[in-house]
Amino acid sequence: MKALAASRRHRFAPVILMALALLFTGAIYAALAPNAAQADTASATDIAEGERLFITNCSTCHGMSAQGTADGPALIGVGAAAVHFQVVTGRMPMAANAPQAEAKPPQLTGEQAQQIAAYIASLGAGPSIPSDQQVDPTLGDAANGMQVFRTNCAMCHNAVGAGGALSEGKYAPALDGATATVIYEAMLTGPQSMPVFNDATLTPDEKRDVIAYLMEQRQPNPGGLDLGSFGSVSEGIWVFVVGIGLLIGAAVWIGARSS
Amino acid sequence: MSAETSFSKAPPAAAVAAADFLDTRLGVAKAVKGLARKLFPDHWSFLLGEIALYSFIVILISGTFLTMFFVPSVAEVRYPMDALPVTMRGQQMSEAFASTLNMSFHVRGGLLMRQIHHWAALVFIGAIVVHMMRVFFTGAFRKPRELNYVIGFSMLIMGLLAGLTGYSLPDDVLSGNGLRITDGVVKSIPIIGSYLSYMVFGGEFPGTDTIPRMYTLHILLIPGLILAMVGAHLFLVFWHKHTQYPGPGRTHKNVVGYPLFPVYTAKAGGFFFIVFGVLALMGATMSINSVWNYGPFDPSLVSAGAQPDWYMLFLEGSLRLMPGAAEVVIGGYTLSLNVLIPAVVVPGVLFTLLGAYPFVEAFATKDTGEHHVLDRPRNVPTRTAIGVAILSAFFVLLGGGANDLLATQFQLSINAITLVFRVLFFVLPFVAFIVTKRICLGLQRKDREVSLHGHETGRVVRFASGEYIEVHQPLDEYERWIRVGHDVYRPLEIEPAEDLNGVRRPGHGKDKIRARVSQFFYQDRVEPVTPAELAAASAHGEHDALPALPADRPSEELDARVH
Repeated sequence: MKALAASRRHRFAPVILMALALLFTGAIYAALAPNAAQADTASATDIAEGERLFITNCSTCHGMSAQGTADGPALIGVGAAAVHFQVVTGRMPMAANAPQAEAKPPQLTGEQAQQIAAYIASLGAGPSIPSDQQVDPTLGDAANGMQVFRTNCAMCHNAVGAGGALSEGKYAPALDGATATVIYEAMLTGPQSMPVFNDATLTPDEKRDVIAYLMEQRQPNPGGLDLGSFGSVSEGIWVFVVGIGLLIGAAVWIGARSS
Repeated sequence: MSAETSFSKAPPAAAVAAADFLDTRLGVAKAVKGLARKLFPDHWSFLLGEIALYSFIVILISGTFLTMFFVPSVAEVRYPMDALPVTMRGQQMSEAFASTLNMSFHVRGGLLMRQIHHWAALVFIGAIVVHMMRVFFTGAFRKPRELNYVIGFSMLIMGLLAGLTGYSLPDDVLSGNGLRITDGVVKSIPIIGSYLSYMVFGGEFPGTDTIPRMYTLHILLIPGLILAMVGAHLFLVFWHKHTQYPGPGRTHKNVVGYPLFPVYTAKAGGFFFIVFGVLALMGATMSINSVWNYGPFDPSLVSAGAQPDWYMLFLEGSLRLMPGAAEVVIGGYTLSLNVLIPAVVVPGVLFTLLGAYPFVEAFATKDTGEHHVLDRPRNVPTRTAIGVAILSAFFVLLGGGANDLLATQFQLSINAITLVFRVLFFVLPFVAFIVTKRICLGLQRKDREVSLHGHETGRVVRFASGEYIEVHQPLDEYERWIRVGHDVYRPLEIEPAEDLNGVRRPGHGKDKIRARVSQFFYQDRVEPVTPAELAAASAHGEHDALPALPADRPSEELDARVH
């Protein structure tokens, strides 16, 4: 106890205290942070259940029979793919009236999303959810995907899909967390600011090539840490934090050795 | 055993013979003796330039390696189907890009060398900038070192050109975007712009001459010039002797420090390996310019988040912040002020200010003396404030260059960010100037206070009479010297326009300008404590009594510093 009291005024004491405080806060947060709400898994996947879910979760903005209101567009004919994309990525139901619906932990389960999608699809024909084979990256050609991606996608999503800014707070999201199905659906339906790349613009094979290219980007960078794949700006920050920082530290150390 | 003994004695004899051989032919003894005994003051901030020097050496070594595998040609090839990375297989590309991929994926150590080279380039220019800040804020550019400042400044410009030509070589989309901007900037110059662009790129951009030309500039001309300037820079450092921070016994006429040999040679040699080590560590663990992500250059492509290396980012920012509406058409000819102003005028003004600064200050002080003792930044408030103002403008431009990343990472509107930076670019330098100057003057006042009354100790004593005093700890001579020993400039007084006989004085107009500049620099100032003030302060109470003035610093000398 005496040793502890004596080291209270040690010059590293504030640093250690700060580290402990951060750890403590982190632990408390981890224990108390709200978990994503999980709805019960429905056993039946049919249109009626989908309609019920739609009325509960979506109709405030999209209308009781998906005909649209002043607050949200009509969904008749948008197809299952669009609904599935919006719901499984958590973009719908929308959190707030922001410049753009943000992806967040999904509010409905995958099965429920399928049910709502089935209901919307029953109201009018539209793009359907792609099959597993359509989105299988191992069947795609990553080199061709690279060509397609950089010609059609990179100007908003960045060369490797790290995301980019659009006007007035809108943005093209980073693609590193998106599933193959969701990427395919986004191309097919053009959510929010994104243009539609229908099967005449990008053939299903080309879409699969894009997915293959994006999955290839999830391999570790052969050069080491990817620094967020943001290119020169993050390199510029790290060169000062690590390079110049360490070297000035070394210079101070050398300068302090003799004087 | 006897054989061993004689063996251990042999080397000195051989060394002596070798030294004698060299000395009798080249006269090295005198040079080595002179060099080894050369004194250098010791301070960590004097090593910042060394970081730049050593990273330049690393750039030369790693760059030599890269030249052995790089093919500076834009001849079209198809990347082999069995080569890495998979995303590039079968792609149509230039030989320059294919050889860059090949050296990254198929040459042993090639990617490491490429990354060390690139990180070293970023550190090189970073260290130059930090070194330049040290020189600027401590006034190391004053007579007799103005020319060396200009040489260093030119090396910064050369470093920027080396970087621009270097990251353009791999012929990937990002480097092509950078060159396209360069092309646009050249074309924005009125009248000669398009001719100049055709001259630089050998025809319409991108053409086939660009890469070979950049290569010659990058590996021969620019490094050669930098090397020559490094030689001149270091020679002048030796010639002028190194500056030193203020301290007891340090004057404009001496150098207090350690001899070059052995202390400094050991430190400097060791520091080289530290720099090399840090650069190798960065090259080995942190990816940089992963060109296979961008793919081979195609003039029609650009990707989000396309930015140049950090030292060019201010230009990018300047272009991004400029409203496009500034483009005007006069009689069918387009004058691209929207490019000309941000990419030529703004950097031109910033760099001219920086490069000409030593001469501006010399003009204001009319001081012709030699200065070997550095200033503490607070003691020259206007200079410090100007430096911070320039830096603040530079940082606003950096932020402007990264506006899209600020928008996505902090979930802000890119339009709002751009608008804010446009305003800040004009407002922040003035705010920074005023705030910095006030802080400097405040610190000087604090220095005055402390040198007159000593440090507060927090000990409050009550006398028998009931009087309370706080005990002040008088400064020792070392502390006080630093606080009172600096030069003070006052605004210049100029002679009248006409003499007694009413004859106009030649050069009066120039003097009037000089007086105005001097007024701007030195109107607000805090005078350091004079010996008389010190004596008066020490007389008013024994609680903060000061020792007598040191014998080696008579009061006349202290008065003489105030000119």
